Amino acid sequence: MQKKLNDFIPDEKGTVKNVNAEGKIRRRLFDMGVTPGAEITMRKTAPLGDPIEITLRGYELSLRKSEAETVVLEVTK
Amino acid sequence: MKFALAGNPNSGKTTLFNSLTGSTAHVGNWPGVTIDKRSGFYKKGGGNVEIIDLPGIYSLSPYTPEEVVSRNFLLDEKPDCIINIVDSTNLERNLYLTTQLLELDVPVVIALNMTDALKKEGGEIDAAELERLFGVPSVKISALVGDGLDLLMQRAVNAAKQKRAGRSVLDSGKCAGVINAIKELYIKDNISNPLFHAVKLVENDGIETAANAAFAAKAEELKKGVETGVFEGDFEGLIADARYRYISENLAAVQKKPAPRAVGFLTKSDKIDRVLTHKVWGIPIFLLIMLGVFHITFGENFLFLGGWLIPESFDSAIFGSGALNSPGVIIFNLMDAATSRLGEVVSSALPEGMWYTSMISDGLFGGVFAVLSFVPQILVLFLFLSILEDSGYMARVAFIMDRAFRRFGLSGKAFMPLVMCFGCAVPGIMATRTLENKEERQRAIFLTPFFSCGAKLPIWAAFAGVFAMYRGLNAELTVFSMYILGIVVAIVSAFLLKATIIKGETPPFIMELPSYRAPKPKNTIIHLWQKLKHYVIRAGTIIAAATVVIWFLSSFSFSFEWVGADGNPEGSILGLISKYVFRWVFYPLGFAMGENGWMFVVATLTGLIAKEVVVATMGVFAGMDGDEALETEGSELGGTALGGVIISVGGMLGGLNVAIPAMFAFMAFNLLSVPCMAAVAAARSELNDKKMLFKAIAFWIITAYAVSLVIFWVGTLYTLAFWAGFAVTAAIVAAIAGAVWHRLKKTERKG
Repeated sequence: MQKKLNDFIPDEKGTVKNVNAEGKIRRRLFDMGVTPGAEITMRKTAPLGDPIEITLRGYELSLRKSEAETVVLEVTK
Repeated sequence: MKFALAGNPNSGKTTLFNSLTGSTAHVGNWPGVTIDKRSGFYKKGGGNVEIIDLPGIYSLSPYTPEEVVSRNFLLDEKPDCIINIVDSTNLERNLYLTTQLLELDVPVVIALNMTDALKKEGGEIDAAELERLFGVPSVKISALVGDGLDLLMQRAVNAAKQKRAGRSVLDSGKCAGVINAIKELYIKDNISNPLFHAVKLVENDGIETAANAAFAAKAEELKKGVETGVFEGDFEGLIADARYRYISENLAAVQKKPAPRAVGFLTKSDKIDRVLTHKVWGIPIFLLIMLGVFHITFGENFLFLGGWLIPESFDSAIFGSGALNSPGVIIFNLMDAATSRLGEVVSSALPEGMWYTSMISDGLFGGVFAVLSFVPQILVLFLFLSILEDSGYMARVAFIMDRAFRRFGLSGKAFMPLVMCFGCAVPGIMATRTLENKEERQRAIFLTPFFSCGAKLPIWAAFAGVFAMYRGLNAELTVFSMYILGIVVAIVSAFLLKATIIKGETPPFIMELPSYRAPKPKNTIIHLWQKLKHYVIRAGTIIAAATVVIWFLSSFSFSFEWVGADGNPEGSILGLISKYVFRWVFYPLGFAMGENGWMFVVATLTGLIAKEVVVATMGVFAGMDGDEALETEGSELGGTALGGVIISVGGMLGGLNVAIPAMFAFMAFNLLSVPCMAAVAAARSELNDKKMLFKAIAFWIITAYAVSLVIFWVGTLYTLAFWAGFAVTAAIVAAIAGAVWHRLKKTERKG
């Protein structure tokens, strides 16, 4: 099943299929390791509901839901 | 020899730099940008190696100023060696930058930091295997303890003696053919670092394609033959992906991963995070921490012990009267006592009643000491902030606050600098450095004066005291209203700025949340020392000059006769200008209207230098020596310095024959206009753009004027004809605001 990263619930895992962001944000996501094939675990949302925190490549990354929306994953668990 | 130190943020780069260079470090700015440029010397082992600390970066993309600065340095300054520091506990992402650095024709040495922390988690890195994989020396170090640094430098010095040709992990990938063909073009043109340039060109890097349009066209042609799959012709993504792919494929050989975590297993960092970013408790805990920091820095009743301790048991001038002061206030008092003592000694040694005595004791010392007396509190504030930053909590603050700040064109990271401005605008402005985005930094700096700083508090306290004495207004409400007014103006201004003079998208928020770590005292001390040096130098130069100028204007008449002897600047240049020129400028605001109105104008004008001066100036006009009032009538008000000030202000207001709305307009103007010369100096160095600085100053003055105007007229006409007054005021304000924005926009378009 494919799903956008902003729709993930805590502890849900997935493998990145595609990144649809553009320009600077796209490059930033790639540089931080959000590339096709990367495994991502959703951790939590911030107290005010946005941004979210994820784990990938052994570290924690936070990004806004609007940015997470551009990341499409195959749900693995 | 010259070595560059490069690595990810949070990789321990600063610690390594401090350990290697010790006290020789020098901090400046990279040309054209306000990013710290730090360099120092490594002197062990007979050599004399200059080490340049590049900004912490994740990549060498063309998008952020830090990355561009680093890249330009590596290409233009041709360091003899790059020391690439790598966080062993986060190898995969850290090596991504390494793969880019390796493409330069510069010797590289990899410093594997935090291997001890990895070991604790049960992991291990095979440095020899990493060395074989990338073909460059790799040394395990602990930047914190100092382990392995000598070996690291020894290998770096040896590596620097040999030539190294760039190597790319993309050699075996889909793009290898294109990259090699483009590389040949660069070699033919005799351009150094051909491989690096070729890769960037294939990546479609904006800086590279602009510099070599002809090669870029050739690359476009060659790229047509490459199958890009999901990337649909995006080579930037394809190459980033290839780098990560290479790393993850080879990682297993280099690194023995920590034992796989059991389901639900939480690291120490996770456990801390579970509390600090908790859905419900996260924000209250954060507010409590902020409150604690401010209490320890500025609180006059430390830990609210006042009721328990017997005040007589300690020196009230230093430890506080009535209650024990917080550490920040105690060292503030100590500094204050020391500087006043010094001032007294010097002025008693000088002949009495001479103009130069006055220049030195009233002008120079008065101004510079007022600024220096803030040093202790700035230091305490920065001590806490640097602890919060080093521990990794600051990133969580940004995470928690981002949502609330986004609509104002700011990210969560802007919270810290702005909150600091409640203490002092100078450290607040200096802290905007942590904001990545230039527009966000500018917006934050524009908002700084609206957060009522510590130096403005005496003004509010004095007026609140007078209002309470003569009109029965609640003093705390008066003070509180100024803070609220500032916040409201800041919110409205943030919207206005985003829509008008500082446009630009809300900056993206893709940020690493580093693991929590215990802060390192050595780093903190070095950090504080550097901040302090910066501030003191400024106090000694710009502020000293400004205060002497003000002293001159308020002590001499137009015929250059000294009129300062009687302590009343009525006949001085400043007094006369205020009385006959500026009074009319401020006339519509109400407070300049009465017979003594010009005095408020003088106070306002001197307040542009420093807000501490406002109350002092009023004291002079009220014909009361501050100290005397303290001893006599002030004692009835609890014997506090504040008591003396209230008497002075009350005397000046002549038993309050002045309208309350006019006084609120006066306070509002002082709250919102140019905060002080120290803040202007800080803004100048952080904005690094003269035109922007002038815009900021104009913005502050115009905002202050417009808001004061509204307050005075709404307040005055409220009793007469509220709605008529409101309509007229609104029309005037709208017209002024419209004209001003139009103007500013026009000048912006021209620029």
